[in-house]
Amino acid sequence: MWRRTFLLAASLALAGLALARDAEVPDSARQVELRNMLLQDCGSCHGLTLKGGLGPALRPENLAGKPREFLFETIRLGRPGTAMPPWGPILKDAEIAWLVDQLVSGKALQEAQR
Amino acid sequence: MKRLSNLFALLLLWTSGTFAGECSLRGTGDLGVVIERASGSVQIIETSGNTAIARVTGLGDLSHASVVYSRDERYAYVFGRDGGLSKIDLLCARLVKRIIQSGNSIGGAISQDGSLVAVSNYTPGGVKVFDADSLELVADIPATWGNGRRSKVIGLVDAPGERFVFSLWDAGEIWIADMKDPKAPKITRFRQIGRNPYDALITPDGRYYIAGLFGEDGMALLDLWHPERGVRRILDHYGRGEKKLPVYKMPHLEGWTVAGGRAFVPAVGLHAVLVIDLATWQEVGRIPVYGQPVFVEARPDGREVWVNFAFPNNEKVQVIDTESLKVVDTLEPGKGVLHMEFEPRGEEVWISVRDRDRVQVYDTASHRLVRELPAQKPSGIFMTWRAHETGL
Ligand code: HEC
Repeated sequence: MWRRTFLLAASLALAGLALARDAEVPDSARQVELRNMLLQDCGSCHGLTLKGGLGPALRPENLAGKPREFLFETIRLGRPGTAMPPWGPILKDAEIAWLVDQLVSGKALQEAQR
Repeated sequence: MKRLSNLFALLLLWTSGTFAGECSLRGTGDLGVVIERASGSVQIIETSGNTAIARVTGLGDLSHASVVYSRDERYAYVFGRDGGLSKIDLLCARLVKRIIQSGNSIGGAISQDGSLVAVSNYTPGGVKVFDADSLELVADIPATWGNGRRSKVIGLVDAPGERFVFSLWDAGEIWIADMKDPKAPKITRFRQIGRNPYDALITPDGRYYIAGLFGEDGMALLDLWHPERGVRRILDHYGRGEKKLPVYKMPHLEGWTVAGGRAFVPAVGLHAVLVIDLATWQEVGRIPVYGQPVFVEARPDGREVWVNFAFPNNEKVQVIDTESLKVVDTLEPGKGVLHMEFEPRGEEVWISVRDRDRVQVYDTASHRLVRELPAQKPSGIFMTWRAHETGL
């Protein structure tokens, strides 16, 4: 138990570092791709309008109060034992951080409702 | 001048999309619909000349939408992700009725006699059954399990004897709902069938119901001729010793892809199609493919099986020869291949290519592209021949 907490703390710290280090933002062409991916490919489990499906809803009100590092790590590592897959093998840290931004700020939702 | 105004009138008619309430006198056996998931619309298509006939709009969130047909093949029932159930008249290209029946739904089925339409829901988890004519609610079946929680429901199909069969994702159960008395469904429950069933199919004769498991290797098999024998595990441990890849999209089990006494199903988390011997239900082969399979569909003559793949490998389609069990062709329609639908006798197949906003038609003998039609983020393609197939 202790070990797990420690690991979690360590990985959260690392995530914080990653978030800081990758302050660089994906360029605008990549943003278009990522936005499309967020709605279409994440959307196949979380709903095209982020209202949930096999995975939970990802609207700002659903994510309120959850630390950004926690969301970042959830996307990067997935949640073993659940259907949430790790996106670390496919996306750069900066891209994941950008996705978290889009979700938490409600920009992704706006896009989904367009 | 007269010609010009005629042209103008024609144009008006066309842009109004639905031929302004006029209904065409024609058969529907060569019709189908293409789901346009971003715009909440469907296109009605015909496969004799491979053209789009009309567009019907206002159908809500159509991500993961699916369709069943009335037995007269005139009406399409569209199940939307937002809990919407829409009934479309193909002849008049018109939305007949639309209801929002839950917060979040995943699919549906039409009963053997065509009188009932059932919808499986994520939230609140369960199945609702409607009158196919009026879309009035007939029965509500909450998928309740341990401590009154409700489970997401997947893999809903019709079965002979006016029954519906479905699986509970969270609970790991299979339920049979006998609808002979539609207002009072009789439920038979099978518990502990395996972790997280993700989708299911029924064999075309309506005898075997098979649920794929996400949470463990294998599939759960229920013989509907002998429900008293309970649910059996097949293909146990097919992934043993192999490193499972992350799953970016759940595979689908649709129809029963059978050829030469063998069935072909997607492996979860592997770049492989599994081959099952139907006499023993054992795995007898494993065909390496380009990505994680999503749909594995047999050409109606059974000679070939066409496969599409999960993100990030969703730009290609592979063709497997069912005799040699080898991949014989790889096509590249483009990013976001979401679905494939064979024409009734299989000489052509329609493929939706989401990111290119295109639907493509291929000749299945030469594997050549013969036609491309524009569509807005197309996903599922559903043709009217499904009306007479159990489980579709
Ligand atoms: C194959 C299905 C699937 C796909 C695809 C998927 N997710 Fe998930 N996701 C899930 C499930 C299931 C959970 C809930 C896991 C649990 O039970 O804890 C989840 C949880 C999450 C959470 C945590 C939510 C919370 O409230 O704690 C976030 C954030 C998230 N996903 C983001 C994403 C993003 C971003 C993508 C695309 C890059 C994505 N997911 C793609 C299935 C999926």
